[in-house]
Formats: sequence, C-alpha cells, structure tokens
Amino acid sequence: MVLKIFFPQCCNRADSGLLVGRWIAGHDSAVVLAVIHYPFIPGQVKQYIQQMQAQSGVELSVLGSWSLPKEGQEGLESFLRDLSTIFPQERWLQISRQMGKTGFTCEVLSRDQTGGSARRSNEAEAKKESKDGGDGEEEAEEKVIFVHYEQRKVMLSQLHPIANENPENKSEPSTELREMFQTVAHSQPLFFLDKYDDGLLKSTHWQSEGREASIIVELMKQASVPLCIFISWLLSVWTWTCNIWIFSVFPLCFLSSILSTFIQLSYRTEHMRTLSSPKSAEGHTQFMRKANILVSVLVDVALGVFLMSWLYRDDHISMLADALVPAADHVAQQLEELLQWLMGAPAGLKMNRALDQVLGRFFLYHIHLWISYIHLMAPFIEGILWYGGLSACFGLTFALSLLSDMVALFTFHIYCFYVYGARLYCLKIYGLSSLWRLFRGKKWNVLRQRVDSCSYDLDQLFIGTLLLTILLFLLPTTALYYLVFTLLRLVIVLFQGILHLSVDFINSFPLFAAGLRVCRSYRLAEGVKFRVLCEEPGTALHLLMEINPLKFSSVVRTYRTPTYSCYPKDSWAALVKKLFIGELIYPWRHKTTKTD
Amino acid sequence: MEEEAFTDINGKPITLDCHSHSSFCREFTVSSPKVSIGKVMVYTCSVWLLAYAVFFFTQNTAVLSSAILITLVGMMLHIHFVKVDHESLLVIGSLGIQVSSSYASGREVTTFIEMSKIKDIVINEAIYMHQIIYYLCVLLKEPFEPNEVSSVVPLFQSSKPRLGCLVKVYKSCQEILSTCQ
Repeated sequence: MVLKIFFPQCCNRADSGLLVGRWIAGHDSAVVLAVIHYPFIPGQVKQYIQQMQAQSGVELSVLGSWSLPKEGQEGLESFLRDLSTIFPQERWLQISRQMGKTGFTCEVLSRDQTGGSARRSNEAEAKKESKDGGDGEEEAEEKVIFVHYEQRKVMLSQLHPIANENPENKSEPSTELREMFQTVAHSQPLFFLDKYDDGLLKSTHWQSEGREASIIVELMKQASVPLCIFISWLLSVWTWTCNIWIFSVFPLCFLSSILSTFIQLSYRTEHMRTLSSPKSAEGHTQFMRKANILVSVLVDVALGVFLMSWLYRDDHISMLADALVPAADHVAQQLEELLQWLMGAPAGLKMNRALDQVLGRFFLYHIHLWISYIHLMAPFIEGILWYGGLSACFGLTFALSLLSDMVALFTFHIYCFYVYGARLYCLKIYGLSSLWRLFRGKKWNVLRQRVDSCSYDLDQLFIGTLLLTILLFLLPTTALYYLVFTLLRLVIVLFQGILHLSVDFINSFPLFAAGLRVCRSYRLAEGVKFRVLCEEPGTALHLLMEINPLKFSSVVRTYRTPTYSCYPKDSWAALVKKLFIGELIYPWRHKTTKTD
Repeated sequence: MEEEAFTDINGKPITLDCHSHSSFCREFTVSSPKVSIGKVMVYTCSVWLLAYAVFFFTQNTAVLSSAILITLVGMMLHIHFVKVDHESLLVIGSLGIQVSSSYASGREVTTFIEMSKIKDIVINEAIYMHQIIYYLCVLLKEPFEPNEVSSVVPLFQSSKPRLGCLVKVYKSCQEILSTCQ
C-alpha cells in the first residue's frame, strides 16, 4: 500500500516537534494540520488536542514527529522515537528533513499489538528499540507520497459539486479528497493559536495576518442587525398591505399577475425577505445565495440611480414626453396607411371586397378612437413619466419592467387588432376543419377523442358544403389581416421579451460567485491538480496539490438565482403552431404553465 | 525518461514521453507536431486574397482591415482553444489519475480523477468517420454499485495515437494499478 501524507506548505521550515493531524479512515492517508514545537509537556499537548477536538469536531491526534535538526541539536532522533510511547498510536510517522535538502524522509513505525519481539530493518534503530521493551514496533514495507498543500486555500475553498451538508441523507460516499478538504476546513480553531502568543504550547500552522479592513467589516456586521430588523418590519407592513381584500378582487389581481412591474416587485420582496432573515446562513449554498442576491440588488440599485441621474438632468423627461405623443401619432398614421393599403388590392391580391371593406373600416374606427385617447392623455404623460422615473431608485430592473408595461399600454391598439384578427382567423380555421370533416363524411367523436365516420342527411351536407365554400373563399382576406397584425404584434413581443430577458439577467446572474471566481479563484474548487515537485533519489515522492478553479459556465449554472427563466421554456415549434392555428401569444407566462 | 516516436491515426508523427517519477508514479506525455508554417501561410494568403478580390470590386478599405482582424483573431482563437500542443497523463498509484492537455497558447485544462472512482483503464474501439480506431479510456465506477460502469473518460483525445503507443501506455498503467490495489 502507498501511504499518502498531506503536508501543509507552511510547515516546511517549522522547528522540530510533534505532528498534529488526522488519519483518514479507510483511505490510508494522513492530513498533517500543525506542528507543535519543543519544549512541551505531553499532558498539556493531550489536553490541548482534546480541547481542539471538542471545538472542531475533527478526530485530531498526534500523528508523529517532525525533525528539522539545526546546529547543535544532535541526538534528537532517539528522543523522537521515545515520544511514540507517550502518544500511543497505531502508526507513528517520523518525518525528518535535513538542512539543505529539499526532500523529506519518512519512517513509519507501526505498533504490533500482539508480537512481543521487536524487529527492525535498521540495525541501529533496533538497538534503541530494544531499550523500550514492552511493545514492539515494526517498520512496514510502505511507500510514502508527500502531498504538499496550501493550508489557507484548502481551508477556504469549497469543493464542487457541493456535498449534502446533512449527514443523514448522504447521497454519495465521501471521497478521500473531500474528507481531506473537510478536515482542513473544520479544524479552524486549531489555527487561532498565534505564534506570538506567550502560551505554554508553540505551534506552526497557517495563521491569519489580520484581515483587510476587518474593523469596517465588523462595524458593518453590527450595523446590519438593526437594518435587517427594519427591512423585515417594512416587509411585514408591505405584505400586510398586499393581503388587503381590495387586491384580491378580480381586475386588480389579474393586472398584478400580468404587469411585469408587479412580478418584479414580488421577486424583489422575496429576495429582501431572504436577505433580511435574522438567521445567519447555514452552509455554503445558503451563504452564496444570500451574497449573490445582495450583490445583484446593490448593482441593480446603483444602475437605477445612474439612470435616474441621467433622466432628471437637463430635463430629459420632458424631452421624452414631448417626443412620445408625436411618435404615437406617427405610428397611428402609419397604421392608417397600412389599412388603406390592405383595403385596396394589397400586393396585387384580389380580396373579397365586402369583407375587406368591413374589416378595414372597423380597424380605422379603432385607430381613430386610439388617437383621441392619446390626445386626451397627452397633458398627463410628462407627469406619468416623472413619477415613473422615480421607480428607478429601486433598481434598474424596476425601470425596465415599467418601460415594458408602458410599451404594452401604449401599443394597446396593436394588441386589440391582433386579438380581433386572431379570433376571426381562429374561428375560420376551426370552422373549416370541422366542415372539412363533414365534407368527407366524418365527424369528431368527443368521447373517444378520435374521428369517426358518420352518415349525414342531405340538407346537412348541403348546408355544410356551402358554408365550407364560403369560409374557404373568405379565408385569404382574414388571413392577410391576421398576418399583418401578427407581425406587428411580434415586433412588440420581441421588444418586451428583450426587456424581460435583461431584467431576468440582472435578477439571476450570480455576480458574487463570478467575482469570487475572478478574484479568489481557489474559493470555488472543481477539483485539484497535482504537480510533481522534486525528485531526489532516495526520498519519497513529493507532489504539490493545487486547486483547480471551477469553470465559469458551471459557476453560472450552480449559483444562479432561480427566476422565471429557469422554468421549462416554450419551444419554437409550439410558437409556430400557436401562430398557425390563431391562438393568442403573450410575452408573459401563465400561472398554469409555471406550475407545470 | 525516454522519448519514442509513434504515429497518430492520420499517420502524422507524434512523440510519447514516459517519465517515471517513482515506482508508482509515471507521467506520459504525447506531443503533437507543431503547426506548420506552410499551413498558416496558405490560410492567411487565402483570406487576404479573398479580401483583396472583394476590395477590388467594392473599393472599400474596411474589407482589408477586417480581413487582417479576422486572421489575427482567428489565429488567436485557434491557438487558445483548438490547437493542443501536448497531452499528458499522470498516474499516481493509490491516489488517482490526472489528465491534462495544454494548448499552444499555454492554457492548460486539467482534471483529476480519484482512485476510488476509477474502475479500470482499458483500450477501446470506436468508429470514427469511416475507420475504426483504438483509444485509451478510464472507466468510472457507479457510486453505489462498484461493478457498474457509470461513464467513460477518453484519454489523448486530440492527438489520437495509434495502437502501438496505446499498448505501451496501457501496460505501464496496468502495472501501477495492479501494484497499488
């Protein structure tokens, strides 16, 4: 078997002493965490280790001894070996390093519980061994790999895919590396012992050199508690207001389910509720979720304030409002021309004149109504924009959602045309399909959900065929109107879709995780990579363990905040089918599809 | 440390470099040939000639500058994402297997597979275009059923050495795997 020893890089030059760490059960590997220096009192070491074990929950033990002889420190070897009787272990590692050599040498002494006689491969050691008497020690024929790791990075990093933090429903047996990462991460209390402390024990391990701006962080932590309480109080007031019966009456509840501003408001409420919960985050996933939400809310608000400062400077709002009414007029005029064109012979097609005229007049009247509505609204538009622009202080997403809603309201006439066209077309298509069945002597059996043959009467057949002919000849006229208005509608849906996508992107993009990946790439680890370090003949194999950072695509996939774009999407084929049979399309999602 | 010349499935020369760090740790590096200067010349010349032809008809200088940009960006993307300089396999007994491929620009993509997840290393056959090729692959265990294979990780994917080279790598891998289990 090959024995693997994970050795921290910071202990490479430590003074001689005892190795403290943990044996990973079942994998034949040892994780060295710290070196406790001479001089020490064994009882105190044992007490210290027990104390640390209680604090960290890691089965710490003394793994062996470490010697880096300096000048004038001879004869340590025998002393080190004697230590193994003071700290009884199954196996005792004896790692030593010569000054000026890069490689370590390691001896493994295993305690033979049954055998009384001592047998050593090395004669010189065997002599010393015999002095011990009692327990015999035996050097097994073992090969050793030293894996050097950087304690700080391993301690802070999180191995992906994230293991279930609940020990009860473990989905996968934890592997050696995962155990090793967990051991180092959990033994943080061990690293609090400062090397400048005047304690009884001195040890070498990774130790923090003070955090940057730690005072500010602490102050902010203190300040965040009342802030969280305040926000949660505001949220409770807000929820209470939302639950008043007036909002559950039909038109308001329907409006709030389709207007994207309200949807965004509900998302933001949920996010703030997550943020302001007084409990600190349990585990890595929760913490990352909170941090991602916090950062994206902050960025969103910053962008919104930026937009607001642009809007309210130099009277951009009134310029926009002045431009809006002529634009609406222009659109209406263009539509009127389009209708006139359709009422003639569009693209050389010969339409049914009577139906064409009826439809055209109907739509023209609608446009007339619309224009008068716009002109009625004109004085108030600036006010609406002014107050609407204030919503940008809640974030850019609110401004974008409001823009999307405004676009929907200002193009309501196009939506109406589309609905009329689609309804007519849909009616015709359904009529045609059922009459076509009648024409063939078949009918749709509702109970069995299939087409059955059926014997019709003569007059039924006559009327049916007559209707089929009429509908068939009227179809091109309706289809043309439907086509034109659908195209107009699609342009608007596309614009709203882009707005929704950008809102969704700001809401769900894991900014904090991406920032961690860029600045502290070791924090999110996908795995590890090894590099062969030195090869001196006669020494054990030395590997350097580095942390393999997570790929950007998996960062986004793992940490994105779930919003509505995470639900299963409509396919393009479904959209085309809907367009073909004349079903209505909407930029928003229905509640029913959401729950599917 | 020894270097041997082999050929890949297209008959191009590749070199296999076996480096034995210790009795249970070996590194195999397969290096592909470098990009030939002729090929680069052919590609750049064809893009530039095409751009010049378009320029001749349209008299628009933007075409020429965009051609230069296209060649530069194309070359950068090629050496950063497509051209693999060498692929290496580091087998460490009882710890795991590390597969890494380094691109011509110096980018390195590394994955480490722990020994507890590995079932075996085998040489497999695959149908590739119109021929049957051999490739070396690592079989991964199903987490709960140790006798099932959950997935296959192919090795030396971009250099595609021929069977002779694969057998050599396979034999030394098996040697290490058998001693360490």
